Parts: sequence; structure tokens; C-alpha cells
Amino acid sequence: MSNINRRLRKERIAKILMQASGIIITGSLFFIIGTILYKGLPYLSLDMITKTPQGGFYIGKEGGILNAILGSLYLAGLSTFLATLIGIPICLYLNIYSKKGSRISRFSKLVFDVLFGIPSIVYGAIAFSIMVWLGVRASLIGGVITITLLTIPIVVRTIDELIQTIPTDLNHVTTSLGATRWESAKVLLTYIKPGLFTAILLAFGRAIGDVAGVLLTTGFSDNIPVYLDEPTATLPLAIFFQLSSPIPEVQGRAYASALILTFIILFIVICTQYLASRQKKHKV
Amino acid sequence: MKKKAKNLLPVNYRLIKDLVIKNLSGVLLGICLLVIIAIVIGLSIKSEPLISTESLWNILSSSVWSPMKGNFGFLPFIMGTVWVTLISLVIAVPLCLAASVYLVEYAGNRLRNFVLPLVNVLAAIPPVLYGVWGVLFVVPLIGNYIAPLFGISTTGYSVFSGGIVLAVMIFPIMVSIMVEVLQTIPKELRSVSLSLGATKLETIQQVVLKKARPGIMAAIVLAVSRAFGETIAVLMVCGNIPKIPQSIFDAGYPLPALIANNFGEMMSIPLYDSALMFAALLLFIIILGFNLISRGILKRMEAKNI
Amino acid sequence: MYAIPSIETEKTQSIIHQVNPHIQIKDLNVYVEDQHILKNINLEIPNNCITSIIGPSGCGKTTLLKTLNRLLDDSTEVKVTGSVLVNGEDIYGPDAEVTHIRKKMGLLSQKPFPLPMSIFDNIAYGPKIHGNRDKKSLQAIVERQLKNVGLWEEVKDRLDSSASKLSIGQQQRLCLARGLAVEPEIILGDESTSALDPISTQVIENLLIQLKQDYTIVLVTHILRQARRVSDYILFLYNGEVVEFGRSEDILLNPQNEITQQYVKGFIS
Repeated sequence: MSNINRRLRKERIAKILMQASGIIITGSLFFIIGTILYKGLPYLSLDMITKTPQGGFYIGKEGGILNAILGSLYLAGLSTFLATLIGIPICLYLNIYSKKGSRISRFSKLVFDVLFGIPSIVYGAIAFSIMVWLGVRASLIGGVITITLLTIPIVVRTIDELIQTIPTDLNHVTTSLGATRWESAKVLLTYIKPGLFTAILLAFGRAIGDVAGVLLTTGFSDNIPVYLDEPTATLPLAIFFQLSSPIPEVQGRAYASALILTFIILFIVICTQYLASRQKKHKV
Repeated sequence: MKKKAKNLLPVNYRLIKDLVIKNLSGVLLGICLLVIIAIVIGLSIKSEPLISTESLWNILSSSVWSPMKGNFGFLPFIMGTVWVTLISLVIAVPLCLAASVYLVEYAGNRLRNFVLPLVNVLAAIPPVLYGVWGVLFVVPLIGNYIAPLFGISTTGYSVFSGGIVLAVMIFPIMVSIMVEVLQTIPKELRSVSLSLGATKLETIQQVVLKKARPGIMAAIVLAVSRAFGETIAVLMVCGNIPKIPQSIFDAGYPLPALIANNFGEMMSIPLYDSALMFAALLLFIIILGFNLISRGILKRMEAKNI
Repeated sequence: MYAIPSIETEKTQSIIHQVNPHIQIKDLNVYVEDQHILKNINLEIPNNCITSIIGPSGCGKTTLLKTLNRLLDDSTEVKVTGSVLVNGEDIYGPDAEVTHIRKKMGLLSQKPFPLPMSIFDNIAYGPKIHGNRDKKSLQAIVERQLKNVGLWEEVKDRLDSSASKLSIGQQQRLCLARGLAVEPEIILGDESTSALDPISTQVIENLLIQLKQDYTIVLVTHILRQARRVSDYILFLYNGEVVEFGRSEDILLNPQNEITQQYVKGFIS
């Protein structure tokens, strides 16, 4: 066993390298959040979250980012609502009304995978072209439609995966009791309820963080939107536009927006992890 | 009246409800499937004017981009995307592979259950925040410290910065797929190699990774498709100069950034919007291809395991 | 009433003492996640014999086998106390080097698991790992071991094709040859024929009987008839305890313990 020491030394070195990689990857998360906290915290104030920007876009020093916070919540809320409304029936159709493994369900799943992979800038570009063609200006409704399209695949895929984990016996039990397919679908929905919220939260998280999709379709405004056809500010766009401003106060608004967006995302993540653990318990 | 009907014919009422829901959800599904067809057709129609004026090859291989003169050469943008993507892969693939192997083969349950959720958090962070991090940290780091080491002066807005930011962005997808793939490798296969007297590392190198190779390829391909489409974070740190980058410290101009930066302002210049739509089409086709490839690989792996 | 296990083992140990014990297990206890899987095992496994471990499922048969080549090391939450001596050397001792120990014991698992490489490389894998880089000698090893398991004539023309293309029975023989290629002293079989058809099972069983001239063999099996066909000694394990150990005729025909009797007669399984 002359070579064993060499072999074990090699293993030790490799192990250290692997640990280092793991630390870099997990560390990058703390690093990103840390950077944003460090830059954003000094600018976070009550005014920041209760006032709209004053003195003009890009140069105005006063005011906060209430417009972007509310705009983001409106936009993400509405599109997530629509995406859920459309996504759940689609999942039910794919899993209950059409036969498992049938051509339509396999093809649809492929399409949703592809739709999921399309970058949001492509959605944005197409939606923008259609809006130009229809003569609609950049507005909340334009953003909502784009983001809805973006989030439907997320909802469908997440819920679909969830339904796959359910034993087929459950369906057999309800149908053999004489339930119609809709009635067994309802049973199924209660069964996956925690997971359902996970899907919705995931979609919401994606919707509220997206820039490329809303960049062209939603426009930007210093005011809080009242109607659907008004241009609307969102947090990611507020970050994107204000970060490059030469005025420190405006830049500060970008940092504060980044911080608030981070809080929202972290909140969503914590909720999803909690729900995921609930769903797991449910299964056992 | 209605209630009475329900009582008389409960079965019928339930069946009608079932039928209505079935057809409604079917229609919704149909509409969603149409979206993808609409995307393809819309993009094709819109990019048709550009393709009809010049040959496809010329558009893709010319490096002159001056819309005012009607020159639409896409090579700088393609190369910009390629550079950024390659740099991000060079950084991310070894790190993610090593970390995933560690998590699956060496780490205990507790560490794994601690790290994997964190990776999920990383996945949930919106691109724009990565961009902010890039601007605040990566760009100055490269401009002030790393580039001077090589005797190069740059602002730091470069394909290298883009690559680093993008690498961190594709960490989560790579790690989660690689971990999943490694976990599908049967435990007994490892026992076999170990009981022949191989060390753990040798088992991993020669047996586990070999068996997992297709899955790891799929993870990389999927990450590439994600990297190709990433817009905002890269746009914020890349410099956006329509020239082919010559070194990692040069600025680059990836395809998605081209669309995002110019879409609103192109109306007055002939063919400009067609060119941007062509960029979107290009992006769509490339990403579609990558997605289908990785899906195919993963499907085949699954089938083999059964 | 059934006798206290330790008395039984003492009785049986006297039988074994006439033969050379190859593996000695002393006060072995194994805990997996707070569950006491193996309780106070004391055992001497004789040289150049086939020893079968029988018992109802979940009694700890496979765990016992895996403690013999320290495969449990890699599972988390496993605690092993006591000692296992191979040729008088404690494999759980502080100086024990795990790859060296495992090399001494060939494992034949439940299902054949060919490594993801060619037939040739499957067998050459072990020797290569241990530092053999000589092509000629590797070829000789491959040929010898394939002949050893009677596979040479079937595969000699396609040594470079993937091992997964072989039939299940052939794969299992390949796995056996692969284990033999690192020149072990002991062969551990973990229900090695449970995935095989009757004919392949017979081939493997006959091979094992041949091989006991050169190796000490420990098999886990849940098939009593198989234990009867191949083994010289039988160990009956119940609930993680050694209930009875002795010559296979004695255990099968004239079991002393009530539980063994019930198991052998098929009342418990």
C-alpha cells in the first residue's frame, strides 16, 4: 500500500477545494444582501416609504419611492392573480381531464417548459410591439399583461409538479365514490393547498422582481397609478433608472428601493419555505 | 325553481358543471398554447423586413452596427453574449460541480438542509439586485484592483464584470440540478467502488461523475440558456459598446441588452425595429434549442434509471 | 422458552474452535439513528467456508454484512462499538485504513451494479486504483478473473463494449470477477442472487462453492433452501441478536432454539 498516502492526501486537498467552492457559493448570497443592506440602510426612512418623489424624475432630490412600492405591488398582485386564475384550471385540465401521458398533455408540458425558458425581454419586446400596433401607451395594464404571460408558466409548472407527487390512489378513491372529475379536482386542490400558495408566492416573487418585461411596457411615473392605463413605476425600474443618476439623493432612492425589494423577496422566500415544510408534513 | 331542478336531477347538474369546467379550462390551455405560436409568428413577421434586405449570413457575420446608415451587423452582440456566457461558465461550472459533489457525497444531512435553502434564496433574488451588486462591488473591484494588476486601465464596465455577475446568477440553477442528478446515482454503485478499495474521491471521479455526466451536461446547458437571456443585470455592468470584445476587460454588448436599451427609441430609423425584433427572434431560437437539448438529456437519463 | 443467546454462542464457539477463525466479531453493537440494530454480537467466522446469515427481514443481516467492510462508515448517524478482527487485526481500530480493509473483502450486492464503463475496465478498475498501470498484467488479470467466473468465453470478443449490455446473470458474474480482481480474502454476498433467474442463481451458487477453497465467504440470504444448498455454517439472526450459530445441518435439521425452529419450519419469516 505504498500509494495510499498519496491517494488520501489527494482526497483531502480535493475536499478542501470543494468546501471552498461551497463557501463561495453560499457566501455570495450574504455578500449580495450585505452590499445592499450597507448601501441602502442609511437612506431608509419613513419619508422614503410614504412619499412619492418630488422635484422631477431623475433629478428631484426630495421625497420617497411610494410610487414604485405601490406600483410594484399593484403590478405583481394583479398579474399573479390573473396567472393563478388561468394557471390552475390549466393544471387541472392537464392532470385530470386529459389522460396522463396523452399527446396533448405531454405537448402542453413541453410548451410550458419552453415558455418558462423564454427571457422576459422577449416577452417585453413582443408585448411592446403589440401595444404600438394597437396604439396603447406604456401603462399598468400593458405591464400586467406581459407579466401575467411571464408568470403563467411558473404557476403551471410548480402546481403540475406538485400534482405529480400525489398518489393516483387519491384520485381513484374519489372517483370510485362517484364524484365527478370536478369534484375530485376539488379534493385534489385542498390536498395541495400549502403547495398552491407556494406556487403563487413564487410567481409573485418573479413578477415583482422583473425588469426586462416591464421596461418597455409599463413606462415610469412619479405618481401613484389610479387607473390601469396610466404609466406606472415599479421598484426594479426605480432601481434601474435612479442608480445611474449623478445626484446622490436620487441614487440613494435606488439603494433604498433595492433594500425594500430585498425585504419583500426575503419575506416571500421565508413564506415559501414555511409552506413547503407544511406541504411535506401534509404528505406524510 | 333552480333549486328544485337540482334536487330532481342532481347527477345531471353535477355533470353539466363538470363539462363546463372541462371546456373552460381546455379553452384556457388552448389560448396559452397559442401564445407560443403567436410569439414565433410575430417575431418572424417583424424581422422579415431586415432579412429580406440582406442575407442572413451577412447579418450574422457583419461587425458593423450603424443603424443610421442602415448597417445592421449582429456579430458584436453575438460575440458580446458569447463572451459573457463563456466567462460565467468558466467561473460557475467548476465551483458548482465541486460544491454539489461536496453536498451530496461528503456533507451530512444537517449541512445539506442548511445550504440548499440558501441556494434557493439566491435563486429568488431578482436580476436587478444582482445588477446593483455588480455596479457597487464587481465593477469597482475590476476597474480599480484587478485590471491594474494586468496593466490595463478600464472603468470596470466589462464583459468580465458581466461574466462574474452572471456566474453568481446561474449558481442556483446549476447547483440545484447537479445535486438532484447526483442524488439519482444509486448508492450501491458507490458501495461497489468503495468495496474494491477505492477512496471516496476516486469513486466520485471515476464512477459517480461518469454516471452523472449527461445530467451535469443538462444542468450546464440549462444554465447557458438562462445566461443567454439574462438582460438587466448584465446590461448594468457590461459597458454596452457595440464592438467585438478583444479581451475580458473590454466592454461588450450582449443581445438582450441591445433590445432593452434601444427598443423605445427606434421608431424613426428604418429597419431598426425589425433589427431588434430579429435580435429577439435569435434569442428565442437559441434558448429554445438549448432548452430542448437539456430536456432531452434529462428525459433520457430518467428513462435509463427506470 | 428460548435460551439466552450468549449461551448459545458459547456452545457453538466450541465447535468452531477446531477451524481457523478468519473473522472474529467481539461485542459488536450498531446503532442507526438511535435504533439499536445489532445487539452484542460475538461471532467467529471460519476460514474457507461459506457462512450464511439467515433471519427475517429487518433483523440486521445486511447491516452485519456491511459492518464487516465498514460500508456503514459513510452513512450518517451510524454508531459502531466493539471490534471486528480480520486475521487478528481490528478493522475498527485506530490504525485501520479503510480502503485497505475494503480491498480485502469483495462485495457482491443484491443487484448487479456494473460500473459505467466497458467490461474490461470494470475488472481492471480495482487493480488500476491500487496502482497497477501495466497493460499486460491488467489484461492477464481480466482474463484470469473472467475465466474464474466462467464468463471469458461469452465476452472475450467484446471486452470493450459497455458492461450494461450484458444480461443480468452475466452482469452478476462480472461483478464477482471484478471483486476477485483486487485479490480479496473474503467475499461478502448480500442476497446476491435475489435479482437473478434460477439458472443464473445456480451458476453463481456453484461458483461460490468452488471459490471457498481460496476464500472465506459470508452470504446474507433470505432463502432457506439456498442456505441449505451452499453453506457450511449458518447464523440465525433475530431482532439484531445472534440466536443460533452452527454447522448448517445442525441448524436446519436440529435447531436448539425455539425461534430458530419456528423460522426453519416457516412459521415466521
